Amino acid sequence: MKKFIVVRVVNIILTLVVIASATFFLMKLLPGSPFDEEKLAGLSEEARTEFYAKYGLDKPIIIQYGIYMENLVKGDLGTSFYFKGQKVESLIKDRIGPSALLGLQAVILGMSIGLILGMIAAFRHNTAWDYFTMFIAVIGVSIPNFVFAALLQYYIGLKWGILPVAFWESYSSSVLPTIALAMMVIALIARFTRNEMLEVLQQDYILTAKSKGLSKWSVIFNHTLRNSLIPIITILGPITVSLLTGSLVIENIFGIPGIGSLFVDSIKVNDYTTIMGLTLFYSAFYILTILVVDLLYGIIDPRIRLTESKG
Amino acid sequence: MKPLLEVKDLHVSFHTQAGVVKAVRGVNFTVNEGETLAIVGESGSGKSVTSKAIMKLLPEKIATYDSGQVLFDGQNLLEAPERRMEVVRGSEIAMVFQDPMTALNPTMTIGKQVAESVMKHQGLSKKEAQKRAIEILELVGIPEPATRVNQYPHQFSGGMRQRVVIAIAIACNPRLLIADEPTTALDVTIQAQILDLLKDIQKRMGTAIILITHDLGVVANMADKVAVMYAGKIVEEGTVNEVFYESQHPYTWGLLKSIPDLDAEEELYSIPGSPPDLLHPPVGDAFAVRNEFALAIDYKTQPPMFKVSDSHSAATWLLHPKAPDLSAVIQVKERERVAVAKKRNRLIADSSPIIQVKDLQKHFHLSGNKQLRAVDGVSFDINRGETLGLVGESGCGKSTTGRTIIRLYEPTGGEVYFDGEPIHGQLNKGQENRMKQKIQMIFQDPYASLDPRKKVLDSVAEGIDIHKLATSPKDRKDIVQNLLEVVGLNKEFMNRYPHEFSGGQRQRVGIARALAVNPDVIIADEPISALDVSIQAQVVNLLKDLQYEKELTYLFIAHDISMVKYISDRIGVMYLGNLVELAPTKAISERPLHPYTQALMSAVPVPDPMEERDRERIVLTGDLPNPMNPPTGCRFRTRCPYAMEKCKEIPLWKEAEKDHWVACHLID
Amino acid sequence: MMSNNSVKEYEAGLEDLVEMEFDENSFEVVGYQKDSQEIITRPQMSMFKESWIRLKKNKGAMLSLIILSILIVMAIIGPHLNEYSYEQTDYDKVFQKPSSEHWLGTDRFGRDQWTRIWEGTRISLYIAFLAATLDLIIGVMYGAVSALLGGRVDNVMQRIIEVLVGIPNLILIILLIMLMKPGIVTITIAMVITGWVNMARLVRSQVFKLKTQEFILASRALGASNGRLIKEHFIPNTLGLIIVNMMFTIPAAIFTEAFLSFIGLGLQEPLASLGVLINDGFQAMRNHFYLLLFPALVIVGLMVCFNLLADGLRDALDPKMKK
Repeated sequence: MKKFIVVRVVNIILTLVVIASATFFLMKLLPGSPFDEEKLAGLSEEARTEFYAKYGLDKPIIIQYGIYMENLVKGDLGTSFYFKGQKVESLIKDRIGPSALLGLQAVILGMSIGLILGMIAAFRHNTAWDYFTMFIAVIGVSIPNFVFAALLQYYIGLKWGILPVAFWESYSSSVLPTIALAMMVIALIARFTRNEMLEVLQQDYILTAKSKGLSKWSVIFNHTLRNSLIPIITILGPITVSLLTGSLVIENIFGIPGIGSLFVDSIKVNDYTTIMGLTLFYSAFYILTILVVDLLYGIIDPRIRLTESKG
Repeated sequence: MKPLLEVKDLHVSFHTQAGVVKAVRGVNFTVNEGETLAIVGESGSGKSVTSKAIMKLLPEKIATYDSGQVLFDGQNLLEAPERRMEVVRGSEIAMVFQDPMTALNPTMTIGKQVAESVMKHQGLSKKEAQKRAIEILELVGIPEPATRVNQYPHQFSGGMRQRVVIAIAIACNPRLLIADEPTTALDVTIQAQILDLLKDIQKRMGTAIILITHDLGVVANMADKVAVMYAGKIVEEGTVNEVFYESQHPYTWGLLKSIPDLDAEEELYSIPGSPPDLLHPPVGDAFAVRNEFALAIDYKTQPPMFKVSDSHSAATWLLHPKAPDLSAVIQVKERERVAVAKKRNRLIADSSPIIQVKDLQKHFHLSGNKQLRAVDGVSFDINRGETLGLVGESGCGKSTTGRTIIRLYEPTGGEVYFDGEPIHGQLNKGQENRMKQKIQMIFQDPYASLDPRKKVLDSVAEGIDIHKLATSPKDRKDIVQNLLEVVGLNKEFMNRYPHEFSGGQRQRVGIARALAVNPDVIIADEPISALDVSIQAQVVNLLKDLQYEKELTYLFIAHDISMVKYISDRIGVMYLGNLVELAPTKAISERPLHPYTQALMSAVPVPDPMEERDRERIVLTGDLPNPMNPPTGCRFRTRCPYAMEKCKEIPLWKEAEKDHWVACHLID
Repeated sequence: MMSNNSVKEYEAGLEDLVEMEFDENSFEVVGYQKDSQEIITRPQMSMFKESWIRLKKNKGAMLSLIILSILIVMAIIGPHLNEYSYEQTDYDKVFQKPSSEHWLGTDRFGRDQWTRIWEGTRISLYIAFLAATLDLIIGVMYGAVSALLGGRVDNVMQRIIEVLVGIPNLILIILLIMLMKPGIVTITIAMVITGWVNMARLVRSQVFKLKTQEFILASRALGASNGRLIKEHFIPNTLGLIIVNMMFTIPAAIFTEAFLSFIGLGLQEPLASLGVLINDGFQAMRNHFYLLLFPALVIVGLMVCFNLLADGLRDALDPKMKK
């Protein structure tokens, strides 16, 4: 297990280095970036030197790269070009609150509804319940989240005026975006839960449990649920991705001051340092989630936990 | 003795997409306190369904109990409410399942899995239940139960897991234990351990046992009474002696005779054809179309159960007073089979080796720098026209040996010669092509050995296409049709797909595919172990026929020692990658020299109740060591009853008697 | 199927039979019937044909197939059904509600929404086609090569995939799009880099599984070359999986394009894609909801139908996977 963790952590660091380097060199190549030679052509010699010095551009590219990486290690993501004088890391810090709240709420909501739907579908296999749930799941993965969010806003926010349409004013402002984000989670979890449970219900050990005389509910709780829920951890990775992507559009649609809307806004105004910083931030977050998923899986499933520790 | 369980006229159907399958069609039997009833039958006979129906464990929506009664202690369980069934299951009737690898919950400690039952039925607290679990695990022979109780199933070997499954079943002292093929998934030395355990439990607790099995040897060993099932009905029942020595039903005859008996002179009897599809059950006797003594009435009316004695009855019109006396006919048939066997048993005139294997090694590299020495220095010759049997338990390397000879695996070391020419190392295209035609292979799993997307015609013709043996498409078709007839299949089957065939039919297609390139040597890798008893005999007879007609040489790899003894001229025994003994069949059966061979031979139950009762069996203790890390010196020494200090050295491969080779320090 | 009652009656009748009189020849030995021993009751058909029959029974999948056909036809002929082009502006007729003149109304530049929607559908279908092709060419090849060569090559190829999987797709696409100009070419290239990974992994594991199957071993024992193995065994036996996965990739790709266009990284005005149209519609939905509704309906229709069809195909091609 220890060896496994070490290997994984080394892998993660490598991946992050690759991503950081890729973003750095990509930015050097980008047309229209602030470092673009053409853009600086109009400046006086003096101003140009000053500008170069300010951003460390007077040094060879390798040194620049070194400085960039060193700063990264210190947690310095650079200064935003658009939000004058603001450090990217502090921008992220300011904006992460709403995003985290929405994400967390969406996961909790999505997981609970998804699990319940999935279980109902599995236990009422091949009945109207099952078909209905699976229909919901297909719709859930099929409707693009921005379409769903727009429709929510139109009907519930504008037409019926039940909930606030946009902006981050009170807690109720978070309800619609949470639902919009949770939809995909519900669909993914419901479908996965159902299929896993049906799989487990067919296993021989369920028959063994029944042959012991355990009651139906005891079989469900002690044998079926546990074994079908363990693999659900594995789809936390895809769920994270869907939440990250979802947050980009949904925060935009509902006008939420989170990092998703920050990302989209910086793309629109070519704020390169912010884009770079956020890219790294997202990647790190995603990779860490995957790591946590792997570790959790290892801890929860004795088959993995014990085989790993042996080797 | 009073009846504990009475099953009366039980009918069970499965409602599948294809239609209604009448899996059990009127089954009657009784089990008394403390006795063992064996239900014997082939796959699809309904024996397993019957056993699950007793506990109402069949899938709810698919299976229906159409009629009949299951009286346990006088109460009809089929009408008992689910709450009552929960009490009955586990505390009154318990079940042991076939595959210990899947019968245990992988994410729950075994202690908890045993304790669950005790807590439910005896109302013990968690702590008491855990204590009880340890006691039960000790009882079923789990070493160090106090520590192992907190372990998970995957930390146990197959044999140990089956002990755990048994522990769960007997945790609440049930009065009836249903064991559904409890040893089928296990190696034969482990099977012996488990059967002994079941007998021991029965003696101690007085539990009645229903043993579901297809293995007549196991029946002879265990049963007091036997019921033979065919196509959802019991066709014969009686005491074990009655069924084995005075069987009345032609199906029972067929089953008993299709098991090889080394002393018998006649050809192995095989029941022709395959069991009926119970989607459309036949009108008369379901067995009639496969019964060489079928009467005209068999095709019209199902025979009732005729009583032979108080305990013995059989469902065949042959027992009707008007039925003809068949003894003369049977004798004629017997003589015919002797003649066939004699004809085949020609002497091997030419005993020059066609295959020579010298110090063959195959090591697999596994992740984490681990190495599996599947075959570790094996040497033997196969003579032209003979059958060399290779036996051993799972993981002994017998299949790897076969596959390495034919170069499906690249050998790690050693030499292999075909007809004196090397077929190891770098070969040129011509040599390789020649070798792939001259040596062919038949595989174990008839479901996996044919490409599901290909018609039988194309599967069989594969070798013809590769080696361009056909001159035209018509020629190709003719060759294939001819081959199908040779292996006893209807040539119309050519255009069908594998999933339309039964297991035995597919195995024949596999044989036809190998024959298509006119090989001299066929490596048969467990060719019959996935087949039912009656089908096994068909395939073995076919192989023998082909050997005679086409002068083939066989390397016959199997774990079923009785069949290997029947078909082989010489037998090699493997253990953990080494050949431990190699001798002519007669010598090795009568005087096995290696302690492992002795144990292996003695572990196989013979289908003869009297012999089984008197026989002393060598039961090996413990499990097969991890093949990744085999014992040093003699690899068998950890389980050998005669192990001594010297066994830490590697024993030499020596000729103890003429043609009788063995690697053991006891033989010097 | 016999009813319960008739079974019982039949059995009861049997007992009387023993005392019954029989025909003279009833007890003649007639032996077995060779022909009916090995009868095959199952109808003769290939697995693909069986799959098609199963698919036809799946109402959702068949309905999806029909709707998709209609959408495809409309994408081809739709823009030509009226006289407007997708970029033709008419500032006199902005924000018109659906009418006989403009069937689905006009947008803020007076462009005909009907024409633009079918233009957008074209883009989505192009993306669908592209995703499927990439899956087929890069994904299948990559996976198959990795599995067939095995050993060190496989190891290196898997590491590459791991890195690609380690980075969220969308981030990669966004970075690429910043490197190049937003547009259909950029989206295409972005998908070339990321779109096939899943397929490659699936094909690899399937081929690995097949490699140890006995029918492959049998073929190798007969001396089959690698080329023959691929053509005769690997391709036919992975085809089902490939088709199903392709069908699942398509809606994901359609979504990606629409998503990028929606946040302004995809197609740019005046080009029309469903994402662009939905963004326009979203901006104007307060007063002109129809501008959002129709493109939304089309994209949801496309995605639901592709997903349902993929589900149906999976169940039909591999009944074991059916839950």
